[in-house]
Parts: sequence; C-alpha cells; structure tokens
Amino acid sequence: MSFLTLKNITKSFGPNTVVRDFDLNVASGEFVSFLGPSGCGKTTVLRMIAGFETPSSGSIHVGGMDVTALPASRRKIGMVFQAYALFPNMSVRDNVAFGLKIAGMPRAEIDTRVAEMLDLISLGSLADRYPYQMSGGQQQRVALARALAPRPNLLLLDEPLSALDAQIRTSLRDDIRRIQQELGITTVFVTHDQEEALSISDRVVVMHKGRADQIGTPAQIYNRPTTRFVADFVGKLNTFEARVESPQSIFFAGQNIHDPRHTDLTPGAPITVALRPEALSLRPRPGDDLSLPGRVLHSTFLGSVIRAQIDVAGQQVSVDMFNRADATLPVAGDMAEVWFTRGDVLVLPSVM
Amino acid sequence: MSRRFPLLSTLIALAGAAFFIVPLIATFNFSLRMKRGELSFEAYRSVFDSDVFLGVLGFSATASLMAILMGVLIVVPTAYWVRLRVPRARPVIEFLSLMPLIIPPVVLVFGYVRLYGSSSILPLTMTEAGTNVLLVIGYVVLSVPYMYRAVDNGMAAIDIATLTEAAESLGASRLRTIVFVIFPNIRSAIVSGAFLTFSISLGEFVITSLLNRPAFGPYLVQMGQDFAYQPAALAIMAFAFTWICMVLMEAFATRKPGQRLLQWRAPRSVTKAKS
Ligand SMILES: Nc1ncnc2c1ncn2[C@@H]1O[C@H](COP(=O)(O)OP(=O)(O)O)[C@@H](O)[C@H]1O
Ligand SMILES: [Mg+2]
Repeated sequence: MSFLTLKNITKSFGPNTVVRDFDLNVASGEFVSFLGPSGCGKTTVLRMIAGFETPSSGSIHVGGMDVTALPASRRKIGMVFQAYALFPNMSVRDNVAFGLKIAGMPRAEIDTRVAEMLDLISLGSLADRYPYQMSGGQQQRVALARALAPRPNLLLLDEPLSALDAQIRTSLRDDIRRIQQELGITTVFVTHDQEEALSISDRVVVMHKGRADQIGTPAQIYNRPTTRFVADFVGKLNTFEARVESPQSIFFAGQNIHDPRHTDLTPGAPITVALRPEALSLRPRPGDDLSLPGRVLHSTFLGSVIRAQIDVAGQQVSVDMFNRADATLPVAGDMAEVWFTRGDVLVLPSVM
Repeated sequence: MSRRFPLLSTLIALAGAAFFIVPLIATFNFSLRMKRGELSFEAYRSVFDSDVFLGVLGFSATASLMAILMGVLIVVPTAYWVRLRVPRARPVIEFLSLMPLIIPPVVLVFGYVRLYGSSSILPLTMTEAGTNVLLVIGYVVLSVPYMYRAVDNGMAAIDIATLTEAAESLGASRLRTIVFVIFPNIRSAIVSGAFLTFSISLGEFVITSLLNRPAFGPYLVQMGQDFAYQPAALAIMAFAFTWICMVLMEAFATRKPGQRLLQWRAPRSVTKAKS
C-alpha cells in the first residue's frame, strides 16, 4: 500500500528539464532518502511534494488523494530546511505553536502539544529562548518540532544536517530516525551524503541528472548497484576491464573466475567488474578463494582501518583492512597478494 | 610606548565639528534673547502660544502619518513580492524607487496640478479633501527612496523566501504569512523608514506651498520673513525633533526580539549552549 505516490513526474524550468520520468511509491511510515550529487534535482522533487513547485507533468498522491494542484498551505506537510528557517521574531515555544495557532487549535491544547514536542526533542528548558540565542543543532531540533507539531501527513527534510558540524550531525541524525520511528511518520529525507542516506533510511533513491537511477534498501544500493552511476557514486570501487569467457565464467586481471550468478552474459562480450576496497585483504581470510598478485605502492594508517594502494597488473587497487593490534603496515615496494571471494565480484551494468 | 597624540587629525575633526556646531549654538543663543538683557525661553513660549503654530503642526503631523501609512502599504508588499517572485527585477525596482531623488519636487507638483486640475477627469485640486490627498501622495513619492531602501534592507537581513515557505508548509495563507511572519521581522526597518518619511514630510515646503496647504513648512518660511527670534526657536526645535527621530530609529534597529525597547535593567546574560 503506497501512501505517497509520485507518478511519472517531469519538471522543467524554461528549457532545462531538471526532473524526468520520476516514479516513486513510499509506504506509510517508511523513511526514504533521496541521494545524489548537488544539482541532480533532489530539492526540486521534494519541493514538488511540498507544493512549492508544480510538476510540468505527472501526478502526486498522498494518502490516496491527488494533491498535484493543492497549494502548499493545504497539504499538511511538515518541512525542515537546511537553514533552519525558524521565525526570528518568535520564541521557541511560539515557533512550535505557530502551525497549531494557524490551525485554530484551542489555547490549552496548544500548550500541551508544544510541551510534548519540546519533550520529544529534549529542549523543554529552552522554550523561552529566541532563535538567535541558540546553536545550529538546537535550532534544527526546534525546526523539527515545529514541523511535527501539527501532526502532518508527511515529513520532508532538505539536507537538514548539512550546516551542522560533524558530531552534532550524527547525534541529530540518530534523533531524527528515533523520532520518525516513534511517531511512525512517512518521511522523505534529501542528502548528498551517502553515509547519511545509508544509515538512516528504509530505502534510498539514488538520483542522477533528474532521474531515479536506483531505488532500494541501503544494502541493495551498496551491494548490488544496478547502474554504473550508482556503483561509482555510492562507496569506493576498484574497477577492472573484463571479458565474458563462457556463460559460467569471466576473465579479468589474468584469471578466469567462475561465477554462476551471471549466466545471462554473452560469451566474448567486454564487461566491467568491480571490487569494493573493504572486500579485499592482503591476508587470506576464511572464505577467500581468489587472489591477484601485485606490489604495494603505499599504505596509510587511518585508525580503525589500514588503507593500502596496490599495483595489480599495472592498475592501482585500493585495499581497506580492519586494523588489529597485530596488524603491520604494508611496506611500499613489497610483493603482495590481494585476496577476495568470488561472491564479492560486482559485474557492473553497462547502463550509465 | 604610547602612540603620539594625533594632533593634526584632531584639529581637523574639531574644525569640521565646529562648522556644524557653531551655527547651531549661535542660533540657540539667539533664540534665547527675545527679552532684552536676559536669557529666556520667551521665543519658544510665544511660538507655542500661537494657535496657527499648533494648527499647522497638527495638519503636517496628520499628513505625514497618512503618508507613512500609505507608503508602508505600498512599499512592503511590493518589496516582498519582488524579492519572492521576480528577484531578477530588483535592480530595476530599486532604480525606479530612486526617481523621486532625480525629479525635482517642483516638476512633480506642476505635473500634479496639470493632471488633476480643473480640466481633468479627476479634478482633485478643486476640493479641499482632494488637495490633501494629493499632498499625501506627494509626500509618499518623496519618501519612497528612503522607505523602499529601509524595507528592502530589512528583508535582505532575513531569508524571506524560506520563511515564507516555512509558514506556508505550516498552513499559513499568504496574508497570514505577511502579517505574522514577514511584518514583525521587518518592523524595525519599517520604523526607520517611517521616521525618515515623517521628518521629510513634516517640514516639506515645495509641494506643500504650491498646493497651498496650511502646513508646517510654509509656516516656517513665513515666520522667517516676519519675525526675528521665533524662527530661531523653531529651527532649534526642528533639530531636536530630528535627533529624537534618529535616536528612536537606532533603538528600534538594534533591538533584538524578546527585548524591551529601552533596557532599564542589565541585559539578561544569555550563553550559547552547545546542543
Ligand atoms: N527555480 C528554479 N529556476 C531555474 N532552475 C532551477 C530552479 N530550481 C532549481 N533549478 C535547477 O534545477 C537543477 C536541480 O536543482 P536542485 O533540485 O536544487 O538540485 P539538488 O537539490 O539535487 O542539489 C539545478 O540545475 C538548478 O539550477
Ligand atoms: Mg538541494
């Protein structure tokens, strides 16, 4: 059952088409993220859901009702902006109460609801502060409470964490997810940060040039990218030119690899395969059944991770290994074996 | 090692200040000498005793307040709409708002008299009320450069577009957004514009006298021709009034939400806590 449905949305500004053929179904209570590089149209789609932009074609349904032509003020949608956008002339309490006053809620009920919302974001003690008296993280919490207070049908967040520093970003990210699950509110979250999208969402929509390239769970997006763009954009990849030997095997980096998962490939066709840095190791781990010979170019100690660059058949390959007390840093110039399992080999789609 | 006292710059500054202050002191001193042989506020008393003075002051103040009201009602929605919908047209609107500074008031008022004269389809100058309306419109035009600039700067200080969207997503109509969100946040800018409008309109002479209105500006000029001490007293009062306007503007402009206009108690110290 889809609660929010975008059907075949296209949006043009003059001659520029910035969103095309966009389809999406979001279930009630689901948390969906739009992930993509800056300028790919994430904000534009979100603004069409909110009612600040009208699609050039296509339709938007919320809870079974067509809202495509409904003005933003009547959509019952909560919105959180990157720049907080709290009303500077109002205290925290009045900011949170704004939507309730507009809706004509009785005074006593407003007070209860505001107290409840401030509790939810643990800022009850700052109810009488003004926005200019608060840190960015606190302001964004208030903005979240303000958006949620009128019990909207949908919560939309446009890069709400981008203006905050790293530590507050993670803690507020976790708070947003916790509150979303507590209230069970259907949520669309826009970000250009893959870690943010993967960690917080039920499903991720990876956007590229105005299209939804891939829609899937964070694990699907990361482990099984269906387009070249998704593979490149989400996570880091080592790619290899390869050739299909037989329906059962592919040939790359001087080896034939038997891979029964890709039986539909035509023999002789050139393809690209990829390996994530964290799927590789310089020491065989249990289950590692394949290896490529190479030479260490250099290595970096990153605390929890040791990152090595290996030259494999003239190509630079990144290897990420967990740091352990007994681990030693690979020495530049040494010979090395790069180990992995056949299940980690990604055959990249030819689709860009 | 203390720096050398900047003698030359101090002297230049003092000379500059004297250029403004000496005539003011001289005028003030002169205004106190109406009674021969002693200093007194006799000239001020005689000004306030005059019914004509109170009459023209009342008239001018009313006209100025009307001009402020009309100016705010025209300028605020215009500046808001331009910033929200046609931000690219802002330089054009800004240039248009400066036109009253380029076109002399004499030209403006002659234009009015011709346009709205006895042979016009809208003969405003034929009635007392119509002429008053024309006068207020003239004041509005004269003050638009200041009012528009003040309001537009006020809007630049807050993110009008995002605040509007935030209010709309919370269910507010456009009108409620303007009244509850936009207006309170540019109130200090509007007040600045209002004080400027008031001080321009109150002593305005050209338009007022050509429309033959019983207002403060023409009265001031008339007094200057007929009397000696009273005009000096009036000039000093006009200065004082302007200064009070400036101080009030400053007080409004620097006020933060949630503070009183004038803080009698020490400001509540507020620390920015980390969240
Ligand atoms: N109001 C507008 N008028 C013209 N072009 C716009 C407008 N809003 C967005 N765009 C263009 O649409 C594209 C997508 O923008 P946006 O949705 O903001 O991207 P994102 O949020 O993914 O960074 C950009 O190229 C941007 O320049
Ligand atoms: Mg954006």
